[in-house]
Amino acid sequence: MEYIVEMLNITKEFPGIKANDNVTLQLKKGEIHALLGENGAGKSTLMSVLFGLYVPEKGIIKVRGEEVKIQNPNDANSYGIGMVHQHFKLVHNFTVVENIVLGYEDTKHGFLQFDDAIKKITELSNKYKLKVDPNQLISNISVGMQQRVEILKMLYRDAEILIFDEPTAVLTPQEIEELMLIMKDLTKEGKSVILITHKLQEIKQVSDRCSVLRKGKYIGTVDVKTTSVEKMAEMMVGRKVDFIIDKDVANPKDVVLEVENLSVYNHRLRKNVVTNVSFNIRGGEILCIAGIEGNGQTQLIEGITGLNPISNGKITINGIDISHSSVRQRNLAGISHIPEDRHKHGLVLDYSLEKNLILQTYFKELFQHKGFLKFNEIRINSDNLIERFDIRSSKGSVTSVRSMSGGNQQKVIVAREINRDTDLLIAVQPTRGLDVGAIEYIHKQLIAQRDAGKAILLISLELDEVMNVSDRIMVMYEGENVGEFDPAVVTENELGLYMAGSKRRDQ
Amino acid sequence: MQNKLKNFFLNNWIGISVGLSLFILIFILPQFFVDNTSILMSIRGLIAGITVAYIIYKFIIFKKENPTFKPSESVLLVDIAGSLIAIVIGLLFGLILMLIVNPGQAFQGFSIIIIGGFNRGFKSFGDMIYFSVPLVLSGLSIAFAFKTGLFNIGATGQLTMGAFTAVFIGVKWGAIGELSPFLHWFVALFGAMIIGALWGAIPGFLKAYRNVNEVVTGIMLNYVAMYLNSLLIISYIYNRDYARALDIKDTAVTPLMNLQYLFPDSTSINGGIVVAVVVVIILHVILNKTTFGYELKAVGYNRDASKYAGMNAKRNIVYAMVISGASAGLAGGLMYLVAGKYLQPVNMLIPEGFTGIAISLLGLNTPFGTLIAGLFYGSLEQGGYYLQLLNFTPEIIDVIIAVIIYASALGLFLQKFVIRTLKKREMLVEQGLIDTEKEKQKNIEGSDK
Repeated sequence: MEYIVEMLNITKEFPGIKANDNVTLQLKKGEIHALLGENGAGKSTLMSVLFGLYVPEKGIIKVRGEEVKIQNPNDANSYGIGMVHQHFKLVHNFTVVENIVLGYEDTKHGFLQFDDAIKKITELSNKYKLKVDPNQLISNISVGMQQRVEILKMLYRDAEILIFDEPTAVLTPQEIEELMLIMKDLTKEGKSVILITHKLQEIKQVSDRCSVLRKGKYIGTVDVKTTSVEKMAEMMVGRKVDFIIDKDVANPKDVVLEVENLSVYNHRLRKNVVTNVSFNIRGGEILCIAGIEGNGQTQLIEGITGLNPISNGKITINGIDISHSSVRQRNLAGISHIPEDRHKHGLVLDYSLEKNLILQTYFKELFQHKGFLKFNEIRINSDNLIERFDIRSSKGSVTSVRSMSGGNQQKVIVAREINRDTDLLIAVQPTRGLDVGAIEYIHKQLIAQRDAGKAILLISLELDEVMNVSDRIMVMYEGENVGEFDPAVVTENELGLYMAGSKRRDQ
Repeated sequence: MQNKLKNFFLNNWIGISVGLSLFILIFILPQFFVDNTSILMSIRGLIAGITVAYIIYKFIIFKKENPTFKPSESVLLVDIAGSLIAIVIGLLFGLILMLIVNPGQAFQGFSIIIIGGFNRGFKSFGDMIYFSVPLVLSGLSIAFAFKTGLFNIGATGQLTMGAFTAVFIGVKWGAIGELSPFLHWFVALFGAMIIGALWGAIPGFLKAYRNVNEVVTGIMLNYVAMYLNSLLIISYIYNRDYARALDIKDTAVTPLMNLQYLFPDSTSINGGIVVAVVVVIILHVILNKTTFGYELKAVGYNRDASKYAGMNAKRNIVYAMVISGASAGLAGGLMYLVAGKYLQPVNMLIPEGFTGIAISLLGLNTPFGTLIAGLFYGSLEQGGYYLQLLNFTPEIIDVIIAVIIYASALGLFLQKFVIRTLKKREMLVEQGLIDTEKEKQKNIEGSDK
């Protein structure tokens, strides 16, 4: 069988680590080849090597049987290699066609000519059933459509080898289905696809073969049809993985958080980004807010935690009205918050580990006396938490948090918030960007907190997480609560329809 | 409580005794041996000896407590090395410049710059300390604001307002001086501090509550302060004959604090350095030991996270600017509470406030670093002063400083270089002693040849 791309024995080192250690990847013409691995396994490095962003220390790259040197992305383009990045590289106030021709514009007497481009784009769009309207503004089309624009961009440049970097992270279940069909169509037309992902179901569904990386090392390539999901997971993680989370039936107690008709007005967009949302959470249950990114979940949480003011509505915690309290007052009233963006909100990266562990409690009598910090107590506190939550770092309490891995940074936040022992724990995408082991760990912690009688508000974009962890599900679409569900009854497909806004349940 | 005190003394007896003996050696003993130069010299030697010994002792303790310490992993050490490299680059650039301008005397001139504060022994050393005091204080002003993520380019304005207040009190409030001379000076300096703080609070408030960039307001307020200063001098304390402010009363002049005995020939040494050192210590304690400093730095490092943690970022910004302005005000006060130095109603920004930016950068924005950087700058200035004996202009010093600052701004690159070199060395050592011994042998062979 003919290989269109061969990456043989690639080794790429960064100071201190081997990101790729003797990795081999062979892509057949017309196949969908999945590249599977946890975060930090070296998937992105390998693809960056192929795309010309890094030059490997060892190993050779062959395209169509010929050995080539790819020094930069332009070289990659000229060999017909194109990449759909996880975060789209689109100019939002340009139209689809303007984005696609960007860098390859036709001009006549110094004026842009779009007619030929529009014709070609329409042809391509019809051929691969992408249904893209070339004259729409990027800011007016959905995320799924934007991704198709990225695909068109590659096809417009006559790419033969398409790399998809975590393409489903931002899509609804229905959009994912459609993307799968598009990928299959692409391969029918002779294109070859590399799919980077850590979602095993998708690999099973769409790809032909799968190469697995673990900690920079090449583990093996398997035929997807004949390999079970469990086997692939084991190859990825290096041990057996529990997919089903053990948890008992919830035992809800009194209402902890009560949100009534909450609205948040955005002055820049001049509209409500959260509209009349009402819900409550009882102690001992996990309420999960599901929805596609950007449907008001972030603003809702900012409203509840006090990071941004609300325009309307009432928030009570344990019967105390905190609608207009400061963040500090809310924290003291009983809110713990694992924030969405751990680098922006959750941590002071330049502080040491022990100082990050007292971020909301430094002013308490335990840690200070007449304004002077008690360094001994701070050290004892951090040593305790490091042991209890198994936080790994190079130098213990004095490690700069910046130098720690993402999973351990998240553990720092989880440890700090759980240790504060408040009645309400808000966790916003607590497992984003973490590997399977860390996700398992955080889910167990959340459930342990629930069993200890805490109320947990979980915001998640991952349907697996929503279905597995929660006791109740609330779906948000365009800032509104479009329905509440019981995870034991509802199907993923049903949820997807609500998340995409094509169905709603009037309260 | 008593137990606590006792424990504190037992745990820190070395530090306390070092501090106490230094205090006695600097401020009390010299006055009894004014005529005996050999004893004075031995006192100076003792001071230097104790200081060096204490630093070495601290270093040994540190080594013992951190046996696995790797220089390449210490941010502070790498930063210091980066600053030192920047200084070397700046000095070398100065040497090249001197070789172009006047090749015959270049190396002689260069050695004068390097020797700096020691050109005329303890006379120039005392002068160096005197000139570096306002630089250290304005550097502290910039550094403290910087820790909170603010760039206090308005330090010059705060310094100007402080200077005027100090001179005004020094001229007009002579009545206090009749009660107690020390009190008059203290009140004048305190006034300078308060007015500097208030002047710094303006950009602080605007930044915190109206989100106006503190750089813009700072620059504007510099000019407001400059013209206001001229106006106020002419209105209240004008000496028409000399077109300058009136002489301050003798009681308002900064006291010498017995430092004249240690630096007998220096005409300008005064107690200002004591104020500067006290401020360094206070700011160091605030930044590193208190909850207030913890908040300030958290706001500076990551404003979003501090908001998430429930800290009042706005209030902290105002506080930081107030303290920063107070330090700049002190600099202004100490500059002009000196006999023979006069405020003038000229439309010129006082340069010390801007030099403070360079010193803060060079001192890695830490209080102690700023103190050392300020003294270093003072030493260079002394070098430039004595450079005039040869056929050079002292402006070469400004060029050197400018290059040092540029080189510091390349800090990231320099740091990478430092880390690489240190890592290489550590790896060599880790690979076994053979390599280091080989190196030694090579050196021996080299010297034989």
